[in-house]
Amino acid sequence: MISIYLRGDSWAHRTPAGVKLLAVAIGSLFLFQTASIWIFLACLAAVVALYASLGRQGLAQLKLLRGLTVFLVILVALHWLSGTLMEGIAVVLRLVVMFLAANFVSVTTRLDDMLEAVRPLFRPLEWVGLSSRKPALGVALALRFAPHMTQIFSMLREAWQARTGSRTSWRLLAPFAVQSLRMSDNVAEALKARGGSEGLSG
Amino acid sequence: MTDRSLVHVAFYAALIAALGLVPPVAIPLMGGVPITAQTLGVMLAGVMLGPVRGGLAVLLFLFLVALGAPFLSGGRGGWGVFMTPSVGFLIGWPVGAFVAGWVMRATSDMNILAAAGLSAALGGIVVVYAFGVPGVALMAGLSLPKAALASVIYIPGDLIKVVLAALITQTVARGLPGAVLSRTPTGANDKTVN
Repeated sequence: MISIYLRGDSWAHRTPAGVKLLAVAIGSLFLFQTASIWIFLACLAAVVALYASLGRQGLAQLKLLRGLTVFLVILVALHWLSGTLMEGIAVVLRLVVMFLAANFVSVTTRLDDMLEAVRPLFRPLEWVGLSSRKPALGVALALRFAPHMTQIFSMLREAWQARTGSRTSWRLLAPFAVQSLRMSDNVAEALKARGGSEGLSG
Repeated sequence: MTDRSLVHVAFYAALIAALGLVPPVAIPLMGGVPITAQTLGVMLAGVMLGPVRGGLAVLLFLFLVALGAPFLSGGRGGWGVFMTPSVGFLIGWPVGAFVAGWVMRATSDMNILAAAGLSAALGGIVVVYAFGVPGVALMAGLSLPKAALASVIYIPGDLIKVVLAALITQTVARGLPGAVLSRTPTGANDKTVN
């Protein structure tokens, strides 16, 4: 299944998803209570050590930070301009620590296990007469739809390219919407024909 | 919620994910700020599905991202993205889709192109930034005006998306009228099949 999950069998992979999620939640609360750069630096070292414990592949995950770099630089610059440079650095460190810690959970937990861990959160749905199974079915459907839709789009784009020579156009959006909506209608009918969500096991 | 509604919700969640794969376009005239197609999906979910299902579709999308699917533009995903300064925008998305759907329904006697544009602008820009800017301020320790300054560069791109959302809605309304669920009487669509 498509996920940022990193295959492995480390201690972190064996820790139950619920425990990891809870640890990150508590850690984030703590980080918001403090503003000391030294504590943040210690936490940063600890989080990097967590990734390092996964081996080289784990450390390679740190490159995910690259997507944040531009924003973090702008942030420090804005703080610097308003004369609160140290505060800016503290804020950036806190963000980096929180991002890496939360990301660590995603990297070491399979999507299915994560879904299983948060399933109790959907129990309240049953009190209002809804099936707590529906969110899981929704997840499964959306995960199946997403690659199919990219396929539809690339087919349209190839056709467009063959006829016009230009690579892509916003004009493709409308036929894409209509074609993929038809596909979802077919799925809805297929689901109905197989007894609906209540008829599925799991 | 009927199974059919569930499929629609999942469909728009997947659409937002698929739009995240469209490579960001940088428009030189606007200082090269990258524009991603993802919020177009948020606007469309609200405008097409109506408030409840539209909001749920975006929630389902965010749920997938939180579970670890790399569906945010640039292949980002996982619980970590909710710890970044842009978390306010993410929280604003489902509310924005809800408002867009609600406005769409409230303006049902208006021309569909105008109504869709208005809904997408109110839900997809006004509401989303109302959540996003305080989010940046809180997470980055900036004052509100500074946070607004850091976010305002994305507005021109969002305006383009509003126009696209309106055009797509109009086209779909012509080609597949039943798909604009926010304009069909409540439940009518469910009854025909279920």
